[in-house]
Amino acid sequence: MTADTRLDTPAEPETVPKPPRRRRRITPVKALIWTALILATLVFIYPFIWLLSASFKPRGEVFDNKLIPETFTFQNYLDVWHEAPMALWLWNTVLVTVLAAVTVTVSSAMVAWGFSYFRFRGRNFLFGIVLATMMLPGAVTMIPQFLIWNSLGMVDTLTPLWAQNLFGSAFYIFLLRQFFLGLPRELFDAAKIDGANNWRIFTRIAMPLCKPALIITLIFEFQAAWTDLMRPLIYLRDSDNFTVPRGLKALLDQYGFGGEWHWEIVVTASVITTIPMIILFFLGQRHFVQGIATTGSKG
Amino acid sequence: MASTQVNASGTLGDDRAARARRISRRRETRAALLFISPWIVGFLIFTLWPIIYSGYLSLTDYDVINSPNFVGLENYEELFRDPKIRTALWNTFIFTVIQVPLYCLVSLALALLLDKAGRAAGFFRTAFFLPKMTPPVAVGILLLLLFNGQDGLINGVLGWFGIDGPAWTTDPNWVKPGLILMSLWSVGSSVIILLAALRNVPQELYDSAKVDGASWWQQTRKITVPMISGALFFIFIVNTIAGFQTFTEAYTAFFGSGNTTYSNDAALFYVIYLFRQAFEFLNMGYASAMAWLLFVIIMIFTAIQIKVSRRFVYYEGEQR
Repeated sequence: MTADTRLDTPAEPETVPKPPRRRRRITPVKALIWTALILATLVFIYPFIWLLSASFKPRGEVFDNKLIPETFTFQNYLDVWHEAPMALWLWNTVLVTVLAAVTVTVSSAMVAWGFSYFRFRGRNFLFGIVLATMMLPGAVTMIPQFLIWNSLGMVDTLTPLWAQNLFGSAFYIFLLRQFFLGLPRELFDAAKIDGANNWRIFTRIAMPLCKPALIITLIFEFQAAWTDLMRPLIYLRDSDNFTVPRGLKALLDQYGFGGEWHWEIVVTASVITTIPMIILFFLGQRHFVQGIATTGSKG
Repeated sequence: MASTQVNASGTLGDDRAARARRISRRRETRAALLFISPWIVGFLIFTLWPIIYSGYLSLTDYDVINSPNFVGLENYEELFRDPKIRTALWNTFIFTVIQVPLYCLVSLALALLLDKAGRAAGFFRTAFFLPKMTPPVAVGILLLLLFNGQDGLINGVLGWFGIDGPAWTTDPNWVKPGLILMSLWSVGSSVIILLAALRNVPQELYDSAKVDGASWWQQTRKITVPMISGALFFIFIVNTIAGFQTFTEAYTAFFGSGNTTYSNDAALFYVIYLFRQAFEFLNMGYASAMAWLLFVIIMIFTAIQIKVSRRFVYYEGEQR
């Protein structure tokens, strides 16, 4: 298996100047590297395949660890749809996710622009506070934030799950500021001479130039909001208000170990929860990779 | 702009320029504050006020229904008496101390492999990253499924080699190893960070090392690791902070409302205990004190790491 893959892939250009044939010899080291890579891939991908396969198995066969279901059934998906308000949960999650991602991107971009374009006294001090808030464990602010939303009567609504994003988020402010600082200043000065006001410069010049960074922010927050469990656990009570991860946890509690041992329901709901994120990844793969690489290098 | 000049036209040149500058600076400040205002408002309401209020709450007894009852430092004293705090701190500490170095090692190994994969690197990178896209709830569920003591896939595979796998999800001694192994499934983003750092190491360094006859292992130890030490340290510190706040996977797998049968002290991590105190038992005051203890612990660990890192971490250009 290793050898085949190796031969099909002309790896590492220009190790040897000009061999007449494209195919190079397989050294033991290369074989070892490729074996390791393929094994690692199996480890990382197989759980998905296991889960997907199990979601098509009837109740008794979920744990048979067979790659291809012995009895192929679509019944689990219908059951999940009937046993749980899955469509409602998906809708709630989409709503929260889109609102969270859009608001945090716009607000963080505004703030980041304020910190990168203008010069004013106290700028470094304020930006220092932005960075400092990143160090603060969420646990410290979690309880008072809950009390704020509670006093506003917003507990058990979707609002607390996204509305704080209206005020920007330190991590994205930091990320976007790095991008804004990379833009040549002359561009904005020229626009200013042409009579553009600050808002116009921001929306018409800076934002379009920063599109990759804005997309990174959007998809990062999209993922964060979609997969979050803690906030929904804190804020949502009525199962009609659940997001998909919160619903999945409820299904696990009901059908898993403590409950009725209907693991096929849990498995299938897990697939439904995960698939949108896989799609998101393939849509934004380039941006994910770029975004993660830049956050790392800014450390 | 134009109006400034008209207003200032009567005064001396120097004065005029100074005044124009002052006005334009004031304008710039006003514009900047307008752009920053969302953050300022959010900071005051959702960060600063919560910090202050949390400090106050930690000195009270508060169950949300009745108003807070001032008790002084009692909650903090209770922290030292509560055996569950000790359990939770110990669990969290052990988990972090073992998980973080493993996580760094595995992501470094995978990044080094990927670096040698040539054109296929993109494919493997995708494969390694996909688990990171899985919602942590689903990861917690996968843990229960794959590490199941009787029918789980992991023990099945171990069985091929004649190993009788442990009861990962029920034996208190094996709960944390299971959680740690499962967490290694999500190394994808660190691999990407390290791979990006590896690609930035100047080729000349390797070329001259090869001329000197350095082996692969020597090159890795003496060139690669030092050159990417900045990225490694970033991963280390971010994961340490995250490790202290482990919640979702363990909570999903071992805790839950209406299901206390599997509430397992071996998986009682600090933030899980905090969450339960606050939102299940409604001890908001005690939970606030817990939060401050966590804050102090994280600060101490981060400070130590930064201090120690000065000796080992190399940043290009010696800046930052």
